[in-house]
Amino acid sequence: MSKINSRDQQSGESKSDSRRDFLKQSAVLTGAVLTPSIALKAAEAQWDEKLAEALEKIPLKLEVNGVSKSLMVEPRVTLLDLLREQLNLTGTKKGCDYGQCGACTVHVNGTRVLSCLTLAVMQDGRKVTTIEGLAEGDQLHPMQEAFLKHDGFQCGYCTPGQIMSAIACIREGHADSEEEIREYMSGNICRCGAYPNIVNAIVEVKKGGKKV
Amino acid sequence: MKFFDKVIGDPMNRVDGKLKVTGAARYSAEYQLPNLSYGVVVSSTIAKGRIRSIDSRAALRAPGVIAVISHENAIKVPGWADNEHPTEPPTGGRPLRAFYNNRVYSNGQPIAIVVADTYERARHAAMLVKAEYEEEKHETNFEKNKGKAVVPAVVKKNPKSGLADYERGKADAYKTASVRLEAEYVHPSEVHNPMELQAITAYWEADDKLIVYDKVQGTKPTQQAFANEWKIPVQNVRVISEFVGGAFGNGLHNWPHETAAIIAAKMVKRPVKVMLTREQMFFMVGYRPYTWQKIGIGADKDGRLTGIYHEAIGQTSSYEEFTESTLQQSKMMYTSPNIGTKYRLLPLDVSTPIWMRGPGEATGAFALESAIDELAFALNIDPVQLRLMNHTDTDPEKNLPWSTKYLKECIQVGAEKIGWSKRSLKPGGVRSGEWLVGYGMGVGTFGAHRGAAAVRAKLLANGSVVFQSAVTDIGPGTGTAMVQIASEHLGISPEKITFQLGNSDFPQAPNQGGSATVATVGSAVVATCQAMKERLLEMAPSADKRFANLKLEDVTFDKAHLSITRSPSVKVAYTELLKKQNLTELDVLQDSKPSQEASKYSRYSFSVHFAEVHVHPMTGQVRVKKVVSCADAGTIVNKKTAANQMIGGVTGGIGMALQEDAVMDHRFGRYVTKDLADYHVPVHADVPPVEVYFVDKPDYIVDPMGTKGLGEIAIIGVAPAITNAIFNATGKRIRELPVTPDKLI
Repeated sequence: MSKINSRDQQSGESKSDSRRDFLKQSAVLTGAVLTPSIALKAAEAQWDEKLAEALEKIPLKLEVNGVSKSLMVEPRVTLLDLLREQLNLTGTKKGCDYGQCGACTVHVNGTRVLSCLTLAVMQDGRKVTTIEGLAEGDQLHPMQEAFLKHDGFQCGYCTPGQIMSAIACIREGHADSEEEIREYMSGNICRCGAYPNIVNAIVEVKKGGKKV
Repeated sequence: MKFFDKVIGDPMNRVDGKLKVTGAARYSAEYQLPNLSYGVVVSSTIAKGRIRSIDSRAALRAPGVIAVISHENAIKVPGWADNEHPTEPPTGGRPLRAFYNNRVYSNGQPIAIVVADTYERARHAAMLVKAEYEEEKHETNFEKNKGKAVVPAVVKKNPKSGLADYERGKADAYKTASVRLEAEYVHPSEVHNPMELQAITAYWEADDKLIVYDKVQGTKPTQQAFANEWKIPVQNVRVISEFVGGAFGNGLHNWPHETAAIIAAKMVKRPVKVMLTREQMFFMVGYRPYTWQKIGIGADKDGRLTGIYHEAIGQTSSYEEFTESTLQQSKMMYTSPNIGTKYRLLPLDVSTPIWMRGPGEATGAFALESAIDELAFALNIDPVQLRLMNHTDTDPEKNLPWSTKYLKECIQVGAEKIGWSKRSLKPGGVRSGEWLVGYGMGVGTFGAHRGAAAVRAKLLANGSVVFQSAVTDIGPGTGTAMVQIASEHLGISPEKITFQLGNSDFPQAPNQGGSATVATVGSAVVATCQAMKERLLEMAPSADKRFANLKLEDVTFDKAHLSITRSPSVKVAYTELLKKQNLTELDVLQDSKPSQEASKYSRYSFSVHFAEVHVHPMTGQVRVKKVVSCADAGTIVNKKTAANQMIGGVTGGIGMALQEDAVMDHRFGRYVTKDLADYHVPVHADVPPVEVYFVDKPDYIVDPMGTKGLGEIAIIGVAPAITNAIFNATGKRIRELPVTPDKLI
């Protein structure tokens, strides 16, 4: 096997050395006024990387699907990636990472948000509900039942986002007509094209009058 | 049974529906493996040239980075070493090899992969990788290079190929017709953009044992491709694709990011997960190629077609030839005694296209069905009448009878349901307030294909049955349809049946593509059920001697019991037979392939789509108000999922007609529409109620269930139905898709 450029091949000692170097440098940094020229120097010396490494984790408390979580996360971690990669809640989907498709829709304190455009650390102390948190044991949420009945999906990838949005759409009072539902669900793309079935599911749940 | 049933009632819910609505369905990027690492692909920023150097120092210094891999340090893929063509690629030519050398063939091509311990760290470090290039002049502009189109290599190799120039009668006979027209049509590149980003998690269990969780449309073809690449026994590669978040064709090919992840996993000796970005989906995993078409068509004054000439040039990459059957419908849809077709390819410095739903047939149908509409207008004949008048009762291309064809019935029902009688022959004749109202139609057809497959079934002591097939389900509801077929043919309720799929360890199945899955795998399910019934009957005398010497046709299999048809009180449960034989399970594996008899017929599915559109004359805004689609697709196994598939095709067709356009900035050879804000696909507000009707008449020549494929005909013909409706509303004939408002004002 040819050579790999791998940090793993460096000794553990050199790694901790670099951390010590950083601490020295950061002491200098905090003592200095951060002028542009110093900032430039910092960039050249890769201090930015080291800064990130040292300060990367921030404490975060979240209630996810009714369970309190005390976490340490990097500030750049999105709520979506936190759910999928660290909490193993992969029901929330990544479809674009730019807030354009709605596949990552979750509820934060009961309101729909795009978790890909939401930094996890900004949600400290809030309640997050994902698709995994809708059913009560074996009892599906009425919206999940309606999606099943009306076949409001094909591949299933946009489905969690559609369902979370659909519930919010009713809660917001934006489900009074099919036209209105289509408008207020337009942030959730379904490339398989199950739209009319999704609309039918929402209409049924809305007409059913149950609290969602 | 009524001839046409509107799709209502209570067809079965999907067997995997609960997993999908609860978020429990697992897609390729959602397997948590121990010691998992994350790979982020670095893409080229030039369209053509050589990589002079890759500077990975900054990336390697970044926290958590495990490796930066490029052509400079990548291990050699053994299957590439001694053979320029290690695999027989599905599209001809040769797929791009990740990190093989310093050549750049298209903008966005993978040039490196950064592996780190978290996704965020890998993503950041990928931004720090700097490449220097020796840039060469690139050609990406189709219109500018159209004159350089070539005969496909596949035709040069095989002059009898279906893509070779075709002539029946005289190709240019249309030129002397009493009513004739010539027109050019342009279809831009379109990108599949399934909602799930292309993802793979690769893991080397041992030096010669590979596991991939991969977003593909065929686990077996992928298994074979990777076994060839790595020169390891095919059974040492396991491909798992239990859920596929849409694909529409882009999973029919193995792409460079897959091999990049596999190389990386081998080098870092850890599982590596790669999920492409939405932007990368535009550059790395295929697209529907930009296609220019020309049609010449002529008829006598009464509307009888006398000649059709159809020419197409499709885009491909410089390194790999991609072809599709763009001209097929023109060869066999209408009665014209004179037909000519000519298909060419234009290789450009772009990535390789791949079949996108309906594939070339949908592109071709846009031109043909538009031209038919134009001719109808020139003749002052209703387009419904013109199509019925030129309907053909046998296949004029192959000179064979159709296996089944109910297109006329589809047209009649569709016309009635859309309210065709309200249509004015003269454009602009119907208004609704400020809006101009138009009606249009388009016909679609696609081969009713069936391949070979095998299926295993295990009857367990508790009375349940587990079926297994390597087939994938990209969304149509394959598992559900198979459970229904198995239930009917084995006499066991659906609740007792599990259909496992998406794993290359399971029996052989081809790619899920070309609308062939139900016919192919469903037939294998039927064959396996048949074999299991034979085994049960062999065992039956052990429980009741009266079953001795009986044949299958003497016995009824229902409600998990065998009974003698003439004396139904003589019955025994399947599970009872297992007990008697001291078996914990009964395991049956059976394969199935198309019959010889089928080759005596021409086998196609047919569809017709009717659209009502409203066009605002001031703003050029187009609203599709209603679509009616009718399909002649043989037996419909599940009307709920089948209707959904038809609706999905209509949705795709709305995108094709009105929105989708991958726009390239030719200065850089790079798409400027590279996310879902700029590349528009239909959203809820764009899709009206869609009514779907099925003929639902079996075609037993194609397969024992009587099915014909559905996925492609759902979209083929939709775009011209909409553009024809726009003409009917406005009198404006737009021959370049998509029909955006600027083209109408």
